[in-house]
Amino acid sequence: MTVTETAESAVRSALEVDRVESHLNPPASYDLADHPVPTGREEVWRFTPLKRLRGLLDGEASAATLTRETTLPAGVTLSEISADEAVALGELGPNDRPAALAAANAGGALLLDVPAEAVVAEPIVIRLTGESVDDLVWGRLLYRIGAHAEVTIVLVHTGSVRYSALSTFLVGDGAKVNVLSLQDWADDAVHLGRDAIRVGRDAFVKHTSISFGGDLVRMHANVEYAGPGGEAELLGLYFADEGQHLEHRLFADHNAPKTKSHVVYKGALQGKGAHTVWIGNVLIRKIAEGIETYEENRNLVLTDGCQADSVPNLEIETGEIEGAGHASATARFDDEQLFYLRSRGISEKEAQRLVVHGFFNDLIRKVGIPSIEEQLLETVEAELAKNVLKVSADVEGA
Amino acid sequence: MSTLEIKDLKVQVQTEDGPKEILKGVTLTIKDGETHAIMGPNGSGKSTLAYSVAGHPRYEITGGTVTLDGVDVLTMSVDERARAGLFLAMQYPVEVPGVSVSNFLRTAKTAIGGEAPKLRTWVKDVNGALDRMNLDATFSQRSVNEGFSGGEKKRHEIAQLELLDPKVAILDETDSGLDIDALKVVSEGVNRFRERDGKGVLLITHYTRILRYIKPDHVHVFVAGRVAESGGPELAEELEANGYERFLAAVPSGV
Repeated sequence: MTVTETAESAVRSALEVDRVESHLNPPASYDLADHPVPTGREEVWRFTPLKRLRGLLDGEASAATLTRETTLPAGVTLSEISADEAVALGELGPNDRPAALAAANAGGALLLDVPAEAVVAEPIVIRLTGESVDDLVWGRLLYRIGAHAEVTIVLVHTGSVRYSALSTFLVGDGAKVNVLSLQDWADDAVHLGRDAIRVGRDAFVKHTSISFGGDLVRMHANVEYAGPGGEAELLGLYFADEGQHLEHRLFADHNAPKTKSHVVYKGALQGKGAHTVWIGNVLIRKIAEGIETYEENRNLVLTDGCQADSVPNLEIETGEIEGAGHASATARFDDEQLFYLRSRGISEKEAQRLVVHGFFNDLIRKVGIPSIEEQLLETVEAELAKNVLKVSADVEGA
Repeated sequence: MSTLEIKDLKVQVQTEDGPKEILKGVTLTIKDGETHAIMGPNGSGKSTLAYSVAGHPRYEITGGTVTLDGVDVLTMSVDERARAGLFLAMQYPVEVPGVSVSNFLRTAKTAIGGEAPKLRTWVKDVNGALDRMNLDATFSQRSVNEGFSGGEKKRHEIAQLELLDPKVAILDETDSGLDIDALKVVSEGVNRFRERDGKGVLLITHYTRILRYIKPDHVHVFVAGRVAESGGPELAEELEANGYERFLAAVPSGV
């Protein structure tokens, strides 16, 4: 070991940022050399079936795009900016290879600008639709929400594509932001998404990730804080069918005091080879005194042959915290619940339907976007019709 | 018309040490309009009887028959039994998170009645039944049994009894854990049900206290998986005075 290396490692160990980030989440870097092609043995890749990424890791350049439909309320602008401008605006850099490839290949970035103090009543809806799974699309999006602005942003992903996107939400001080990302892809789509949020001082951000469709969906939701008093609520709902891989990775980086993070993800699985992954990483840095964090993941396994992986990680570097906790549970239908409902005359299938609706209901009510809540309840119903309700319809001929 | 007939019912459960027989031949007939009280010490198999008749999967029937108005109950699924007219008020009703009482009651009523109840009268019926149980209107918006107090759970069970209107109700220790005011409210609910035509009630209890409010026609002492003795209300008075010792002494050891 050379003197230089020793000095360097001494500096590294003094810089907790470097040390702890490498444990829970790879450090951000635009340099592709920092994100080698994974083998599948890496901690952050071990749950993901790499073959089914269908070339997304190779990083081939592509001019294909998603069709975009946007409703923009007055005062809110959407514009194309260069890669350099994105970085200059404070984009949160990529933490893994697909995100770094998206930055490298997207050409420029799309900037959604919500001015300071704008209170936007109607949700901003961005519909992104893929044409074909033969298309490879690199996406780079930046959302700049000014101080004390209040806004709801809904992203709806449909169609077929192989898509990797790097998204950054820069939330100003005191702003209130509600973001929802709906992955309602066709069966063959592949989507790797990284949403990173920088929460301003005393700002509140709700971020909901909902995955129903796609062959393979792997979403990151990362939160960090620009100052004390910021609060993040990270919600998620997923419903994996036969052969689907739905992966959600959370990272709440408490890098400022008096900040809060609250994570609730709920999923259901049905059919052979349905696979869900939930990774909930929380880091409470030395500086982050007086913070509160709670994370919860619940999975309901509806049929045989499914796999739900659920891994909460909590790393605490200060004892001066208000509260930190996590819960993870994966279960089949509760026999006692079903017995209770059936003892009131409710058929087995109807009882199962009630339990699943109940399981998701609380979460759907938290989304806080009425038009979407209705749609989500309907989608859950449609998902159940594929399996749980199928037999009853056959039997009853209803 | 409603007669629940239990004949020589034998039930076992699976334990770590293999199957264990809990009910060792129970015979009991509840006729039209009759209320039967089953009393017995803890572990005598009272609750097993209730859950076996309702069809809980944990209990394995190894012998005997159960019929409701002559129709075999044991071949029916749990929900078929309820639709045939059986109701079990449970001692520990489970939470069903995210399912509102109102949704649950309507779904159950629809299943049992074969069609959705008329909205206007139904809302009135539900609010009335809850009100008579001292449960306010916001109760119907809560999740089934979630965060309910012990008393609220029992009152919710009896509100269901009133709304679902079965032929025969089995009440499993509905009185346990209730203070005197709640006990009166619950008893009044059960008595209103009994006043309807031809309703049978099987009241399972450890204590005589509830029998001051719900007067049984027949009392059975249940010990070690069997009916040890049957009689009229006077049998309950004897139990109140002397406890179960006389009956326990008669049971051979090792049972």
